[in-house]
Amino acid sequence: MLTKRIIPCLDVRNGRVVKGINFQNLRDAGDPAEMAAFYMDEGADELVFLDISASAEGRGTRKDWVLKVAEALFIPFTVGGGISTPEEAREIIALGADKISLNTAAVNNPSLIGDCARLLGRQGVVLAVDAKATGEGKWEVYTSGGRTATGMDVLEWIREGVRRGCGEILLTSMDRDGVKGGYDTELNALAASAVSVPLIASGGAGSAEHILEAFRKGSDGALAASIFHYGEVRIGELKEWLSERGIPVRKRS
Amino acid sequence: MIAVVDYQVGNMGNVRRAFESFGEEVLLALRPEQLTEKVSLAVLPGVGAFGPASESLFSTGWAERLRKWHGEGRPLLGICLGMQLLCEEGHEDGKWPGLGLIPGAILPLQARKIPHMGWNSVDWTGSPADFTPSLQSGEYFYFVHSYALFDSSGAAGTTTLEGRTFTSMVLRGRTAGFQFHPERSGTAGLSLLKETADYLRRGDL
Repeated sequence: MLTKRIIPCLDVRNGRVVKGINFQNLRDAGDPAEMAAFYMDEGADELVFLDISASAEGRGTRKDWVLKVAEALFIPFTVGGGISTPEEAREIIALGADKISLNTAAVNNPSLIGDCARLLGRQGVVLAVDAKATGEGKWEVYTSGGRTATGMDVLEWIREGVRRGCGEILLTSMDRDGVKGGYDTELNALAASAVSVPLIASGGAGSAEHILEAFRKGSDGALAASIFHYGEVRIGELKEWLSERGIPVRKRS
Repeated sequence: MIAVVDYQVGNMGNVRRAFESFGEEVLLALRPEQLTEKVSLAVLPGVGAFGPASESLFSTGWAERLRKWHGEGRPLLGICLGMQLLCEEGHEDGKWPGLGLIPGAILPLQARKIPHMGWNSVDWTGSPADFTPSLQSGEYFYFVHSYALFDSSGAAGTTTLEGRTFTSMVLRGRTAGFQFHPERSGTAGLSLLKETADYLRRGDL
């Protein structure tokens, strides 16, 4: 049976993981490759790395750390943040990443989605969308790390993204992000039924219950950062707990 | 030495690193002539669409070389699209020839969510009888694909998606294929990859 995926997310700035990870057995909580190996051993199903470097110079180290992560990992990982050309996307895949995610650049230039899909295959292209609630059952797409409103409707945009060739949607609720009050399950449920590709819920995970709720409302994967980084929820225990509640998960053999 | 066939379809690095993780020496073979007597196992990886990959194999001489290799009874392993290319034909954006070393055609998956992306379980069929993986039936492996082999005549492992069962591992003689990515399936994947590579290179056949 296809299982639901638990996906820790790591923000990388200038080649270093920010907001470190609070575990004692780590030598260097800022090293992307060491974090990657740690989460693989914890039982993560895949990892997402978002490069939040503000400048091209900051992203200059990306080639190095993506390769080191690829060398450390035998589970899939996605790299996103600042990718704006098919060539950049191909370079990241060639280094060993399984998927790239597009966000702002795809909004500015929607044909980038199809261009990347033709080059890498649909399965390698994730459309990342930052959503802000604007009213009853309405969400607007924001770009540039949540700074720029686009006037675009989230559900329409993800449908267009799938039509253009993305193989997965990573949907972040800006209203919930960092609040730890739970995912925006209404948004995720609507999005999951709006498209025929897997949906990863993001923004708001504060507990195992929130992840259970996301899966019950149709998300295929649950992405979270701080609850894993600070050890509030350990992945092995989380999966046991989800499994007892009827959610198919991959448990360690 | 293991030769990973590099026919410019996807990233070969992860496959190479997986074999190296258990001490194998790996050659990334860019040309068919590099498949020499020194090679104990040829690996055909691949990511992307069937058509362009098939064209690439047939236009570069790799198809002919791999068929001859197979005809000599030498070990051959396909991964993901590489497994699909071992079959007779692929029905993805038209009909394309495969190498014809495994019976059956590659057909679209029928499911609500496509691609089939994530960790799914594999059940061993018990065939061939002398292939006895140490991992239990039901172990999880990482899948990413939209097409699959439904012919079960060479099936060593099967997987079910939304009620439909397909062949997720084939094994006939010294030819094997995984629809999933053992190189992305953590310790279980590495273990199966090693055992399969050893089985394909076993002394007696």
